[in-house]
Amino acid sequence: MTKLRMVMHRVAGLLAAGLLASGGAAVAQDNPHDPMEGFNRAMFAVNEGLDKVAIKPVAQAYEFVTPLPVRAGVGDFFSNIADIRNTLNNSLQGKFADAASDLGRLLINSTVGIFGLFDVASELGLEKHDEDFGQTLAVWGWDDSSFLFWPVVGPRTVRDTGGLVVDIYSDPTWYTLNKSVAARNSLVALPFVDVRASLLPADKVVEEAALDKYAYIRDAYLQRRQNQIFDGRPPRLEDVMD
Amino acid sequence: MMKKLIALLFATFFASLALAQEAPDALVKRVTEEVLEIVRKDRDIQNGNTSRILELVDAKVIPNFNFPHMTALALGKDWRKATPAQQKQLTAEFQTLLVRTYSNALTSYKNQRVIYKQFKMKDGETDVLVRTEVDEPGRKPVQLDYSLEKLDAGWKVYDVNVAGISLVTNYREQFAQEVRSGGIDGLIQSLAAKNKSLEGNLAKAAGK
Repeated sequence: MTKLRMVMHRVAGLLAAGLLASGGAAVAQDNPHDPMEGFNRAMFAVNEGLDKVAIKPVAQAYEFVTPLPVRAGVGDFFSNIADIRNTLNNSLQGKFADAASDLGRLLINSTVGIFGLFDVASELGLEKHDEDFGQTLAVWGWDDSSFLFWPVVGPRTVRDTGGLVVDIYSDPTWYTLNKSVAARNSLVALPFVDVRASLLPADKVVEEAALDKYAYIRDAYLQRRQNQIFDGRPPRLEDVMD
Repeated sequence: MMKKLIALLFATFFASLALAQEAPDALVKRVTEEVLEIVRKDRDIQNGNTSRILELVDAKVIPNFNFPHMTALALGKDWRKATPAQQKQLTAEFQTLLVRTYSNALTSYKNQRVIYKQFKMKDGETDVLVRTEVDEPGRKPVQLDYSLEKLDAGWKVYDVNVAGISLVTNYREQFAQEVRSGGIDGLIQSLAAKNKSLEGNLAKAAGK
């Protein structure tokens, strides 16, 4: 209990420090993708603190206590549920062949793959297409959106934040456990922990590679999204050597 | 005697020609497999012996990369503002940074498998993308792509793309930021300082 209170205090302190920093840092912003850079940097600082005291330890504990086959099962289970979202969004983007293949994956993995615990469909050569509502909005024309950094959730854009809300509400996990809010919330949080755990080995690389960790993570997020929106074939950046 | 010598010269000449014409996908596969083979056998590397790793990367990996092009790609327009001497310094510092940070990733190699995606090249193409995928049990496969260009010395990598993120162009905004505030020399200094601090960390880790 006291430990929890200590963590809460530190979190409150971090938030206050972050807001102060955001007031101070709101100077010349010249990145067109990041008009709210001052605020974002403050939230990034908050998240770095949160990550240190709470999120990373949880992810490490999760990785420590769950044996690899269990983690693989958890990953596959949520990945299977995500194929509902992939099917929906591929249809909304007019990619009907991909949508049909995702639906096939869902059917195979939910049955032969025992409720999605095993990804049999990939073994059969049905490729996975990661799609979400943020990407659908981009395909529909909202292709340029300001960057936003959220504590806990991490890097997003304004568009992808809206997309995330739609994704969570269209996820059956949200409705299956309506009676128990705590259980439902844990189930919604678990994929985030799973993702954070999978990023643990990358921590050191980012720490070492970045001149400016915030900008490194921001630009990596924006690049990755661009790659997802264009299904692995994004337009190339200007190359002075060409 | 003379005949033999000439024959030998010819043989070396054609051998080097053949090597230079190694297809880009074959090159990526050969280098990847050679490096992984060594990492699998080398206890020192698995235990994080940095100088051993750098030795391996120096010998096997670096000759296949075009670092001046990578640096130019990372800088974008600012590359043209740099004098040839500055370009040289930038390239040297950026190479050190990339090699240091990403070589260490080799120590975390365990049982990942590299899958080489199907590759097709049109006749006369000089700029290609070779796609691979790194599979690890219990994790999502990670896309790992290489951009290669054909030079006189053979195919050279000028960009590496992990899960859709270019390790090179991801620096563009950070570099632009440094150039805006301190000019090209400011960027060179920042890179040098970063490399120094990484070296310091290494020394500390070795001392423990």
